[in-house]
Amino acid sequence: MTTSSLFLIVLGLGVLGFVLGRKRALAASLATGQKLHSLPTYYGQTVALYTVVPALLCLMTWLFVQPVLIETRISAMVPDSAIPEGGAKSLVMADLRRIAGGLEALKEAGDLSEDDLLALRADQNDIRKQLADVGVAIGSDVQPSVFEASKAFRAAEITGRFWMGIVTLALAGLCFVTTLLRIRPEVRARNTSEAFVLSLLIGASLVAILTTVGILGSLLFETLNFFKMYPAKDFFFSTVWNPQFRGGSDLGILPLLWGTLYVSVLALVVAVPIGLMIAIYLAEYASKPLRSVAKPAIEVLAGIPTIVYGLFALITVGPFLRDYIASPLGLGTSSSSVLTAGLVMGIMLIPFVSSLSDDIINAVPQSLRDGSYGLGATRSETIKQVILPAALPGVVGAVLLAASRAIGETMIVVMGAGAAAKLGLNPFEAMTTVTVKIVSQLTGDTEFASPETLVAFALGLTLFVFTLGLNIIALHVVRKYREQYE
Amino acid sequence: MNDITATNAPEAARKGHGSLLVQDARTKARNAAETRFRRLGLVAVSVGMLALVGLLGSILSNGLSSFKQTYIEVEVFLDPAKLDKTGTGDLAQIAKVSTFGYAPLIQAAMLTAAQEAGVDTSALKPKALGAMVSKEAPATLRNYVLKNPDKIGETVAFSLLANGRIDGYFKGRVTMDSAALDRNVSPEQLVIADELKAAGVLDTKFNWAFFTAPDASDTRPEAAGLGVAILGSIYMMLIVLCLSLPLGVAASIYLEEFAPKNRFTDLIEVNISNLAAVPSIVFGILGLAIFINLVGLPQSAPIVGGLVLTLMTLPTIIIATRAALKSVPPSIRDAALGVGASKMQSIFHHVLPLAMPGILTGAIIGLAQALGETAPLLLIGMVAFVREYPAGPPDGFFDPAAALPVQVYNWTQRGDPAFVERASGAIIVLLVFLILMNIAAILLRRKFERRW
Repeated sequence: MTTSSLFLIVLGLGVLGFVLGRKRALAASLATGQKLHSLPTYYGQTVALYTVVPALLCLMTWLFVQPVLIETRISAMVPDSAIPEGGAKSLVMADLRRIAGGLEALKEAGDLSEDDLLALRADQNDIRKQLADVGVAIGSDVQPSVFEASKAFRAAEITGRFWMGIVTLALAGLCFVTTLLRIRPEVRARNTSEAFVLSLLIGASLVAILTTVGILGSLLFETLNFFKMYPAKDFFFSTVWNPQFRGGSDLGILPLLWGTLYVSVLALVVAVPIGLMIAIYLAEYASKPLRSVAKPAIEVLAGIPTIVYGLFALITVGPFLRDYIASPLGLGTSSSSVLTAGLVMGIMLIPFVSSLSDDIINAVPQSLRDGSYGLGATRSETIKQVILPAALPGVVGAVLLAASRAIGETMIVVMGAGAAAKLGLNPFEAMTTVTVKIVSQLTGDTEFASPETLVAFALGLTLFVFTLGLNIIALHVVRKYREQYE
Repeated sequence: MNDITATNAPEAARKGHGSLLVQDARTKARNAAETRFRRLGLVAVSVGMLALVGLLGSILSNGLSSFKQTYIEVEVFLDPAKLDKTGTGDLAQIAKVSTFGYAPLIQAAMLTAAQEAGVDTSALKPKALGAMVSKEAPATLRNYVLKNPDKIGETVAFSLLANGRIDGYFKGRVTMDSAALDRNVSPEQLVIADELKAAGVLDTKFNWAFFTAPDASDTRPEAAGLGVAILGSIYMMLIVLCLSLPLGVAASIYLEEFAPKNRFTDLIEVNISNLAAVPSIVFGILGLAIFINLVGLPQSAPIVGGLVLTLMTLPTIIIATRAALKSVPPSIRDAALGVGASKMQSIFHHVLPLAMPGILTGAIIGLAQALGETAPLLLIGMVAFVREYPAGPPDGFFDPAAALPVQVYNWTQRGDPAFVERASGAIIVLLVFLILMNIAAILLRRKFERRW
């Protein structure tokens, strides 16, 4: 039975429960002449909720847990001798999974019965060719031990699936029957179903916590694995980034951090003055027609996906900077450069800075402005000497938020900044950032046992800590400032 | 009054309270500073607007041409001697003829077409003439023959894709000078292309295939389309909508209406605001480590992308929903409670329907964000080269697929400059989707928004 049909069956059972529960409540009330405690639909609702929710939760947990359990059991079955020289267990496991899938395909193609499959032997039959016939390509000849493991893998999956269906349906049926039988007129069905719904609402809000736990857990776990293979000291203090496929890589984070900071600072140098001035102008000077055009236009800029900025950097800004500034001045010949990424990221951050500063400037009480005007100050003097100092903490918070955005931004730097890890000062040179390297180490065929892949998790953790720290400080500053005027 | 003020008085009067019509130096300087500041603000606003114009202009000017494509109209004789050597019409035998077997047919067809149009092709070898047609064309022909084996032996009119360089010539990307340096195209071919175009054999038409065709390999940019990517994106948006809307609304109802003020609630709130600020690529790492590595979901599948994007949009939707719930006045709740509704009833029967427009607007904006998100999808393998359409839902959620923004990134990493045009075209398609979604959100807000 497939998962989706199981899902539909459980849902159907829920609908049936609703109808039957409602009917049963009405019938019970008629038979005893007792008034129902709740509206009849609540009796139906209770049955439906108790039938569907526990069963679906069980199904979901099963889907998550089963692969993990099977994986650990089967990977213990694969002997170390089956792992090729210089390869990793994860590759063997991937092969194994493919073989198991191929066996399934063989059976579906109708060539073999279940018994034939079990009788297949890797040392007697040409498994590789047979699998290739059904469209499953295996890189090398299948070793007997791996083949046996994959047969066990397939058997475990089939049993797991079978029991998943049985357990889910049994749970749904059990809850269905017990809740249905418990219906009497005096049962407080509304209270029961509302308590149930409330627990569902609480469950939904727990997803946020689970996500954070998931992020932290996966980052920390793999980072620890990484530090078992690669010394933490070299990671944090080495100035060389030079990953090699065959081991012996230098994985120092410093050049990446330098690139990240360089690009982010350039972006902020572009975004903060322009964004701030836009906010000031639109809040204090602009005429109504101009504001009605400019404000939405700036907001549109905020809604554009970063891949669009990335393409803009790649095909327009990069070549322009190279052809008109870098090459004539002899500063560089690369179209991807720190300046390209910084400029474009600055444009991306303008609306972010301006809308945050707009809120902050508007939060400065009118009485401060009126007082300043009353003393004879001009508008610009009021802005520079009264409003901005009053809004300074908020503006600092906005800048910090923008900085955290800049550090975590990926697509613009992937397409605009280049891939060379360097510690340089020339803004026309290609440099690279933490996010670029996370992408390049994790795309393509990844093998989870090498430091070259796992370093991405350490980079991710660094990124997470940096942005989180900046955000917490920024939110703290902004909140403090808000309280001041409320 | 003392002597000092008395003696200084006329001086002060002259300096500070002079004519209202003539400004003194200090006032002038202050006014000049005012004007300067004002101009600076105007400059900043125009820089912002210019950036928007430049961004859109650059994308449009590069990408609009991808909606047009050059086709070659030829009549191909499906030679039985080459396609069906046994003459039995057996499909298995016909299928054995690979695309290489079809190339000579196209070459011959080009030659006849040129002769009929009165174009002198003696400057070109027949092979170079055939190379003016896309490398995808033999595959098109082969698929047609396998579908209609009875047409073998007949002459059938085809509209075949022109080679990417020929297409680029008519779009201004390839010039005679660049062709002289290019080993994929020669100036002679371009001259003949001009003549064929005048004769009506070459035709530039609207490029429907761009929206429906799957991706194509590095050497045939003219055949690359967005079909799989659009489908993959739609699948992911379906998953995001089905998961994040109920979850987000449920979480917001709890936090806004039920949650007691305690440590636990604070923890949830802090978590949500932090998740809103976590860089998107970190969610990609989460997807790779948990959904793919731990749970064993397939790589490049819309289900994984959908789950990752759901977790990413959840904070956006929760924040919007809470604002919408907050904007429903307490009098509505009080009235419902007053006539005997339970708290749950007052919320689900009265507050939630009234907050719905705001919630939906927030959901659409969250979806628009998710649609344009690229970085996390790179990590879960959506960059893979996928030519097969995923199956229908729900099984298709587990098939490999591409996504619109990732397809853009993918195309920018290819060598042929024609892919830059395709990437910009794909961006235009993406932006059109985003504009439609945002217009829907604005209309929804306009139509249903209530001021209390």
